[in-house]
Amino acid sequence: MSSILRVQNLTKSYQSGNRTLTVLDNVSFDVQAGDTFSIVGPSGSGKTTLLGLCAGLDRSSSGSVFLNGVQLDKLSEDERARVRNQYVGFIFQNFQLMPTLTALENVMVPMELRGEKGVAKRALELLDRVGLASRQHHYPTQLSGGEQQRVSLARAFSNKPRILFADEPTGNLDTETSDKVEKLIFELNREQGTTLILVTHDLDLAAKTGRIIRIKGGSVVSDTLTEAVRQQI
Amino acid sequence: MSSSSSPFNPWLWQMAWRDSRKSRQRLLLFMSSIMLGIAALVAINSFAINLEKSIDDQAKELLGADLALSTNKPVSPEAQQLIDSIGQERSEERGFASMVFFPKNSGTRLIQVKALQGNFPYFGEVETIPADAFSTFKQGGKKALVDDVLMTQFNIEPGDSVKIGETTFYIIGRILKMPGQSAVSTTVAPTVYIPLNYLDGTGLVQRGSRINYKFYYQLPGTDVEKLAETLEPRLDKEGINSDTVEERKEEIGRTFANMTRFLNLVGFIALLLGCVGVASAIHLYVKEKLASVAVLRCLGAGGWQTFYIFLIQTFLMGFTGALMGALLGSAIQFVLPEILGEFLPVDVAVTIAWAAIGQGVGIGLTMAVLFALLPLLSIRRISPLRTLRASFEEDTSAKDPARWLIYGLIILFVGGFAYLQIRDWRQALGFTVGICVAFLLLTGMGILIMYLVRRFFPVSWSYVWRQSLANLYRPQNQTLILIIAIGLGTFLISTLYVSQNLLLDQVTLSGSGNQPNMVLFDIQTNQKEAVVKLAKDSGIPILQEAPIVTMRLSQINGRTVEAIQKDTSAKIPDWALTREYRVTYRDKLITSEKLQQGQLRKLNSPSDSIFVSVEDRYLERMKLKIGDELVFNVQGSPIKTYVGSTREIDWNRVQTNFLIVFPNGVLEEAPQFHVLVTKVKSSDQSAKFQRELVQAYPNVSAIDLGLILRTIDEILNKVSFVIQFMALFSIITGLIVLSSSVIISKYQRIQESVLLRTLGANSKQIIQISIIEYLFLGALATLSGILLSLISSWLLALFVFEVPFQPVLTPLMVVLVVVTGLTVLIGMLNSRGVLNRPPLEILRTEV
Repeated sequence: MSSILRVQNLTKSYQSGNRTLTVLDNVSFDVQAGDTFSIVGPSGSGKTTLLGLCAGLDRSSSGSVFLNGVQLDKLSEDERARVRNQYVGFIFQNFQLMPTLTALENVMVPMELRGEKGVAKRALELLDRVGLASRQHHYPTQLSGGEQQRVSLARAFSNKPRILFADEPTGNLDTETSDKVEKLIFELNREQGTTLILVTHDLDLAAKTGRIIRIKGGSVVSDTLTEAVRQQI
Repeated sequence: MSSSSSPFNPWLWQMAWRDSRKSRQRLLLFMSSIMLGIAALVAINSFAINLEKSIDDQAKELLGADLALSTNKPVSPEAQQLIDSIGQERSEERGFASMVFFPKNSGTRLIQVKALQGNFPYFGEVETIPADAFSTFKQGGKKALVDDVLMTQFNIEPGDSVKIGETTFYIIGRILKMPGQSAVSTTVAPTVYIPLNYLDGTGLVQRGSRINYKFYYQLPGTDVEKLAETLEPRLDKEGINSDTVEERKEEIGRTFANMTRFLNLVGFIALLLGCVGVASAIHLYVKEKLASVAVLRCLGAGGWQTFYIFLIQTFLMGFTGALMGALLGSAIQFVLPEILGEFLPVDVAVTIAWAAIGQGVGIGLTMAVLFALLPLLSIRRISPLRTLRASFEEDTSAKDPARWLIYGLIILFVGGFAYLQIRDWRQALGFTVGICVAFLLLTGMGILIMYLVRRFFPVSWSYVWRQSLANLYRPQNQTLILIIAIGLGTFLISTLYVSQNLLLDQVTLSGSGNQPNMVLFDIQTNQKEAVVKLAKDSGIPILQEAPIVTMRLSQINGRTVEAIQKDTSAKIPDWALTREYRVTYRDKLITSEKLQQGQLRKLNSPSDSIFVSVEDRYLERMKLKIGDELVFNVQGSPIKTYVGSTREIDWNRVQTNFLIVFPNGVLEEAPQFHVLVTKVKSSDQSAKFQRELVQAYPNVSAIDLGLILRTIDEILNKVSFVIQFMALFSIITGLIVLSSSVIISKYQRIQESVLLRTLGANSKQIIQISIIEYLFLGALATLSGILLSLISSWLLALFVFEVPFQPVLTPLMVVLVVVTGLTVLIGMLNSRGVLNRPPLEILRTEV
């Protein structure tokens, strides 16, 4: 298997007045295509910063990120946007649906950005897959939290991403809805052969992935295979 | 990604359309800020186009004839020969100022007498009441047609009589409209028409009388322009001016083009205000859209793509707003002939002017988009990281060069527009700089007010007052933008009020105390003693008397006036060379004069050189110096003189002042009339004296300060009404900006209101907070405008009008109360949705 994400000596620091605040310090790891992978750690440990850098949403202070062989830190913001549109899917804790678009339109956006035609059909299929075909013309405010996250899932898979980044995907949901969403994430991930990178507090959820990186104070404190993977080996 | 970044990419338009679904009404409201500015421009331009067309269509009515000749010299036999040779179909008119007397109620007034003979007007209709009055007038007899306003003023009806000089005429009708005369000219001098063959009988035509002789021709099949050109040298020689339809059309066209351009600039200010409102609303709109933009960026949209999505929305809504403005403007232009009626020389046929609509929409849309670009540009820099951290702030420390480009384009556009209206780079620059300064000053005032409120916050005040004041500088407040928008509108209106009052005050002041307030003129030499006696018997003192001799300039330092006119390097204004000079003679200065150079030199013997005294500014304009030779033609006799002294004259007094003063002993035998300057104590005394004067000496005219004041007041009122009408667009634009800013901040207000209610505030308290906030906002904005208007009026008083600055504050207080009241009213009307809804419903609703 080839490496889909390679992080090398990644550091991110901010200037706050005269002080330099290092949020990530010399982080390195590799993720193979098709893997499921969790980043866990306490609040303020740098998980979300790491996710942002890996997904090309931000630039590092030093070190490199290679996504599908493309070195992100050498690209401009618009070039990184193009990479995201081609290879990346996103799921956010607060869903991040566009409030002015219907469920169907929200799912269509990534495909439309690629200039694809006849995208409504595929978008509807995906909505059907997450059980929301009948709500296609509803706006986000007319959907419950779980439903919004399922639309977000459909959107994340609409551009057939090679890698999916999920930031606390069940953080805003109740237990029952969380279970449904989790199930869907892993099912779709398997079906589409996508690599999954998950940022979460939820250790039970992390345990469902193959590998866990623990971060504390901006540094990787452990990088372990989960029980499920060990048993497979 | 194959989706292109071109703004014409259909997906961008589709996204813009989808995204706007929930905010179209609000966007349209933001864009409606430009609606009134565009409406003003379209109305004025449509009107200008229609006026030009109407002037073209009714060109001949402007003159009433194909050719008109006029002179204020009695017609010599040579001139008569020339006049006869031009055409057989002609009419003759003699006009002069005179007093009239209405026996019905003993009313008297200075008017313009026009004695008419012939078939004039050859073109256009004379409108009278009754309708056949003019044809009855033409049938002959001692009949008069009297100006409608004059008849109303003196409560006179057709069938009454009017005494002009020695003759009493039977009034056969009111005159409403006469081709060649505008309503505003009759405000200055109302006209009474009498038949020419009864003129001599009035006894008003005497030696030295100031009469204007006019000849109107109908010349079918003649190239009148060519004829006028051929005749010009001979007419010039006889001191006769010619006027053709084309010349009149050009002259009137030019006057109205200037007027419409000026009004366009006033309308443009409303558009600018609207654009500032647009920029502010779009700024807040963009803030609301930050999350959506970040998601789009996250999903792979480029910076320019997201920018275009919102630019397209702005453009489409701007276009809709501009179209609505154009429609409104087209409707408003139907009202303009009513507003401008008094000034219009022709009946304006109002039709839809597509060119004006196109121009208005183009200008409005360009301006709105330029202003909207300022906040929209930031969209390009919104980071996708906001999807992960809502509080993420982009690094905006690097200056965006595109922003400076937009600022430059806006200033260029404003300057370019001003230039197109004024056609003078300096004035256009002045306008642009003036606008920038006004904006900057109001911005400065807004910032200062917010700072002062914050700094000197009255902590001891009750919660309601403190919360209201705090709202003025809350995050995303609209205080600054409203102070600019409402302030600028108030500034325009207040400046007009203050300036108008300053001018009127100056006239009033000039007649107060012991200053003269009445002038008697056209007194013949043999009547002088008797008129003085009549005045003294009536208890009216004679403060000044002056003989007046009319003459023309014929040579300066040995060069004829004609030669100087042809010499382009001479740079002496034509009017100064060819005008009729009214000159007096005396050996002393009067109270309004100060000697500047040289000295008044008496004539000791008839053979002495004659030294005249000239006004100092006249000396400069004529490029003269002490000792220069001037030859005057005094009704046929050349008189050689030398410049002996210069005088500084205070023209602001009711006094007879003269550019040129001869010494005693030269002009005594020349044809002349006399002027007496007096002071009446009351309008009753004035009316009684004028009645006695007119009856005893009908040729003598009296003009009192009351009449001057009334006339100036009427004219200023008419002019300022037109300008105020245009300035109103700015005020209403300010109120629309207020509406949109209240609506845009509604979500924030709802949250506050819900929170306050949850914490136990009742509706009354919440309403009080809103009322006080708008009261502060309205009052501070209006006060800023008023303050700025006082500064500008002071500058105008100092440098332009050259009068003391004593502003009347009552109208300003009215402006303050009305504009503040409107602000509170509109603020509350737009907030009612916030105040009336229960907290729970609001919490569940997407705003």
